[in-house]
Amino acid sequence: MNARILAATTGRVLRQLRHDRRTVALLVLVPALLLTLVYYMYADQPTPPGQPSMFDRVALVMLGVFPFVIMFLVTSIAMLRERTSGTLERLLTTPLGRLDLLFGYGIAFGLAAAGQAAIASAVAYWVFGLTTAGSSALVIVIAVVNAVLGVALGLFCSAFARTEFQAVQFMPVVVIPQLLLCGLFVARDEMAGWLQAVSDALPLSYAVEALQEVGAHAEPTATMWRDLGVVAGAVVLALALAAATLRRRSG
Amino acid sequence: MDHAIAVRDLVVDRGRRRVLHGVTCAVPRGAVTGLLGPSGSGKTTLMRAVVGVQTVRSGSVTVLGRPAGSPALRSRVGYLTQAPSVYADLTVAENARYFAALHGRGRAEADRSVADVGLADAAGQLVGSLSGGQRSRASLACALVGEPELVVLDEPTVGQDPVLRADLWARFHALAAAGTTLLVSSHVMDEAARCDRLLLIREGRLVADDTPDAVRAAAGVDDLDEAFLRLIRASEAAAGQDDGGPGGGGQDDGGRGGGQADGLGRAAGEGAAS
Repeated sequence: MNARILAATTGRVLRQLRHDRRTVALLVLVPALLLTLVYYMYADQPTPPGQPSMFDRVALVMLGVFPFVIMFLVTSIAMLRERTSGTLERLLTTPLGRLDLLFGYGIAFGLAAAGQAAIASAVAYWVFGLTTAGSSALVIVIAVVNAVLGVALGLFCSAFARTEFQAVQFMPVVVIPQLLLCGLFVARDEMAGWLQAVSDALPLSYAVEALQEVGAHAEPTATMWRDLGVVAGAVVLALALAAATLRRRSG
Repeated sequence: MDHAIAVRDLVVDRGRRRVLHGVTCAVPRGAVTGLLGPSGSGKTTLMRAVVGVQTVRSGSVTVLGRPAGSPALRSRVGYLTQAPSVYADLTVAENARYFAALHGRGRAEADRSVADVGLADAAGQLVGSLSGGQRSRASLACALVGEPELVVLDEPTVGQDPVLRADLWARFHALAAAGTTLLVSSHVMDEAARCDRLLLIREGRLVADDTPDAVRAAAGVDDLDEAFLRLIRASEAAAGQDDGGPGGGGQDDGGRGGGQADGLGRAAGEGAAS
């Protein structure tokens, strides 16, 4: 890796994003609009005594999951474009290293996700009165780590898509099972054993557990740090797999 | 180290199809070498092998004294792909600055390379909003911005108006005069006459490897288009009969290519006969 090339690549990805005003607007507005939807959905639902309200439960998980889903989609399309437009082939003939490219995407979209998470959290906490026992800063940290996980998986999955149609189809394949099994709909310890085992193997389960820890405890817990570590490990694994798909020579 | 590029018995398969059938050729330093041939003849595959992104089955490609694709070559070789490979959602200047940064060059060099391809007025425009010809010039600016020693250009003049085409060729020769080696592909024969040296490739085999004058002399006609046609006919006939290849047998004008021609004419014959 080379600091100058990494910085140039990060800047280039962010500049591409900046020129796409509509995407920027969607990144900023959609989470806030969906939070509004969730707020009114649960507005009249009774809260069981001694438990967080449904809105608090769902909004907290949404804040962490949203950057993961969006950044997965954005990255897989961006990387697919690099592959199909010939820019990737050209980049691989320059001094740019594979990790410069992968980390460039990770940092650029990670920064974009940080901005998105900050705005969405501000709306959730200040407009809709989300309450968490722990700090909102931790919620944003977890959201950003999730976003980077989305980027890493997107970089990897784009290698298996030839067209943008195929690339968007990876969203339901990669994201929805993780969403269903992460413990939001059915608590993980109430699932059938084999489903629990699958859930244990999916990184989003740990991300959601980390968020729930922040929701329930004033101070960061050991479980939360361990969960965050697992998600970070999944990021490293996905990046390593993505690097393996970036071949300088092809047929 | 006497040639910028030395290709030896290069065989390349793409899928199940053999695209290059044992090509042997050499590209002299500090000259413009034209890679001519119809679409689908293997020009792009040969260029990809030179820049080190093509998987090869057998044979060797040596570039600036090192195996093609060596990490040390990446800052010394510039590559223009056939389809303009620039970011459509960045401006011309932003594209040039990014590729400049990859080669350790600054904004000034980037802006100069944009001006050099005649896009100074469009520097602030998004590449996606440009015409096809402008887009391919933006891509060219990105290939030249690192001031590489070897420039590999896949059909750089497609879609350019005649005046710009003449400007680009003048620039290629100016670069060559300053010591840069250029390998330029084209499927338009009138561009062949502008090259210092020619490689004619057809169906994955080398049909000629010589100077334009020597190609004309070998075929006995002044028109390069006609000369190529005769060489192709002759090589097809030779392939059916014996090893006596066409290609002018190492005739050379004694210019830049002088002393490097040995074996090249023969190689053309071998390429055609294998």
